[in-house]
Amino acid sequence: MFAVAAVTMFLIGCNQQGKDSNGALSSSAAEKVYVAPGEHDEFYAFISGGFSGQMSVYGLPSGRLFKVIPVFSQDAEKAWGYNEETKPMLNTSHGFVPWDDAHHPDISQTNGELDGRFVFINGNNTPRIAKVDLSVFETTEIIEIPNSAGNHSSAFVTENTEYVVAGTRFSVPIPQRDMPIKEYKGNFKGSLSFISVDPEDGGMDLSFQILMPGFDYDLAHPGRGASHGWMFFSTYNSEESHTLMEVNASQNDKDFIAAVNWKKAEEYIKEGKFRTMPANYAHNVYDESTHTATSTMKKEVRILDAAELPGLVYLLPTPKSPHGCDVDPTGEYIVGNGKLSSDLTVHSFTKMIDAIENERFDGEAYGIPILSFEDVLAGSVKQAGLGPLHTEFDGKGNGYTTFFISSEVVKWKVGTWEVVDRQPCYYSVGHLMIPGGNSRKPFGKYVVAMNKITKDRYLPTGPEVTQSAQLYDISGEKMELLLDFPTVGEPHYAAGIAADIVKERSKKIYSLEENKHKYATTSDADVRVERNGKEVHVYMTMIRSHFNPDNIEGIKVGDKVYFHVTNLEQDYDVPHGVSMIGANTSELLIMPGQTETFVWEPKQVGVWPFYCTDFCSALHQEMQGYVRVSPASSDLDLSWSLGED
Amino acid sequence: MKTILKGGYVLLLGILISCGGKEEKKQDGFQVERQKTTQKATQKVETETTKASERIDLENKGVGPITSVDLSTDIDQALVAEGKAAYDQLCLACHRVGKKFIGPAPDGILKRRSPEWIMNMILNPEGMVKEDPLAKDLFMEFNGSPMANQGLSEEQARAVLEYFRTL
Repeated sequence: MFAVAAVTMFLIGCNQQGKDSNGALSSSAAEKVYVAPGEHDEFYAFISGGFSGQMSVYGLPSGRLFKVIPVFSQDAEKAWGYNEETKPMLNTSHGFVPWDDAHHPDISQTNGELDGRFVFINGNNTPRIAKVDLSVFETTEIIEIPNSAGNHSSAFVTENTEYVVAGTRFSVPIPQRDMPIKEYKGNFKGSLSFISVDPEDGGMDLSFQILMPGFDYDLAHPGRGASHGWMFFSTYNSEESHTLMEVNASQNDKDFIAAVNWKKAEEYIKEGKFRTMPANYAHNVYDESTHTATSTMKKEVRILDAAELPGLVYLLPTPKSPHGCDVDPTGEYIVGNGKLSSDLTVHSFTKMIDAIENERFDGEAYGIPILSFEDVLAGSVKQAGLGPLHTEFDGKGNGYTTFFISSEVVKWKVGTWEVVDRQPCYYSVGHLMIPGGNSRKPFGKYVVAMNKITKDRYLPTGPEVTQSAQLYDISGEKMELLLDFPTVGEPHYAAGIAADIVKERSKKIYSLEENKHKYATTSDADVRVERNGKEVHVYMTMIRSHFNPDNIEGIKVGDKVYFHVTNLEQDYDVPHGVSMIGANTSELLIMPGQTETFVWEPKQVGVWPFYCTDFCSALHQEMQGYVRVSPASSDLDLSWSLGED
Repeated sequence: MKTILKGGYVLLLGILISCGGKEEKKQDGFQVERQKTTQKATQKVETETTKASERIDLENKGVGPITSVDLSTDIDQALVAEGKAAYDQLCLACHRVGKKFIGPAPDGILKRRSPEWIMNMILNPEGMVKEDPLAKDLFMEFNGSPMANQGLSEEQARAVLEYFRTL
């Protein structure tokens, strides 16, 4: 008893001391992340969902979750990949693939600054690049990448979003063929894909691929300013090993950063120095006016062979299996985060150009010149920590690097390479994000650390725990840990932007007048049910708080019933849902002015209800209807009604 | 246990039958509740004034962006066509001509309401239901079903008004 009292006293004493030591001038961490009820966050953060195949949208500094955007994964909540309109989005050359491993979001840029139009993100597993349109916060385009495997050094945009690049992680036989795995060396190839983005409508097109040696291509970043026109890719497994990689791919003292001159590539394309290779890859586009996606199989791709085309690619030796490959806001420095090293290697773009012009090469790999390490080195951040992974910049002359093994963020000065601060991460940080950190103009106010291990940071939820992110204030000389917040899936990367750039463009409703869906019913006068053999199409509308029709008869067992449902609301934030008992799919969640379709194949005779799944009004509970299902042999004609006795 | 349950059902069934069979034996459904509500409703109508939908108030301009509307003596047929198109797309789901539906029928509305009130109801339904006593009564008369803001422009609402003049 006495002991308890003593401990209590001690604790109270500590608390008071803690309060005092904060000082009157420094505001508390809680105040810095507090966004009062009804107020908005200053930044959007788009955080990849990793193996969830999704991307989540958070507010900073509050760490509040706003939306989970389905990209490569089916999402029953939004019917993404379940309704007839979005199923084609997940089509690939391997058929319908309802999952992927989404890693690296990157926001579109104009003149090297974030413009807030699109977020691009890669699917690793079945190589794909997706585009999320920030006017609707939905995935509107997905392009499959042929000749690629483990699409990891992706989806990074160039300074004017001329291209989104996607590099293969795993090298493979190109084109794919039946061959012994042991013959990897010299026979397997990597590919670096350049997907052009239409400046007007944002449409993506696989413009060309650069054929590369059979290394693993890990991450990438664009040149900017003087280095605009170049793209830098980190590589590992320059050993070209195919088994026991954790040992065999770490033998070389140095791997490479591959510097790709894509302006040169454009010249070669113009001169016709490409070869056209047969291919088979899906290009899926969601049309906002028809509310419907189409999938087109593309049949060829233009290939530029780095071994045969001088001046296209140079290799910059970089210790040791570099992961992050990061370019500072000026475009002069290219940072190699050698994950098995304790140093960061910084290359100079000016020195690189100088070495190229003077042809100071140390050798070549499969016809690609290797520059001398010393010739291109700008400096290194020495003994900064263990296991550097990724660096971003604050635009005020500082770099911030994550160290996985020593579990910390380290701040260092660009140019002098001195370490100025370090803060621990809980635990084992992977990537980090400063809003605008991959652009000419970072918003150097916060850094988000995305940790790989969570352990005890939150209440336990069984063996599987949430993912852990941490927010630091980087506005001062010293970093300050402000907030822990949980994240969805396994974030690998994130992109952030000032909310002001995005929010004004955010769409509130879909205009009924502009609804060009093939099965839209934009006026209640057009509501109907049509039979075509065993196929039945229900042209249905919904508005607070009824469906039209809400009674349907004449459906038979064995029919395939398409419910094409249009939400007639034209007011912000009045979606309706619809679900049918026993339908082998998800509900639909239909935004104002939008049309969506689900299929129901009734298997049992009876009268079956459907209802609105999204609370829409005081009479939401009344928003329901019935379908009468007769035996297959029935000759009952189709009929439908609303409000008839 | 089973026997007790069964006994319970029989008792319940007995009550149901006796209730349902009171007056019209052939009629479907469950009658007792309906009778009660009808009685209440009749009493109400007797004590209250006319139903909100039948009330005539040509002075009230309602609450919203419209403060005055000039109606020409001749009906503008082009505007009528425009108004009908907007009405069919944005209003028809709840308002049917010649028939009380989710909301009141629009025919003859200009004999009961001012043009400004009509346009404000279209353009500012949330505000009207909160602040305009007549709109509030209509909301209650129509089952507490809120009129949706369908995002019409002032021009569209004006066209719909012109269409209403023809009904």
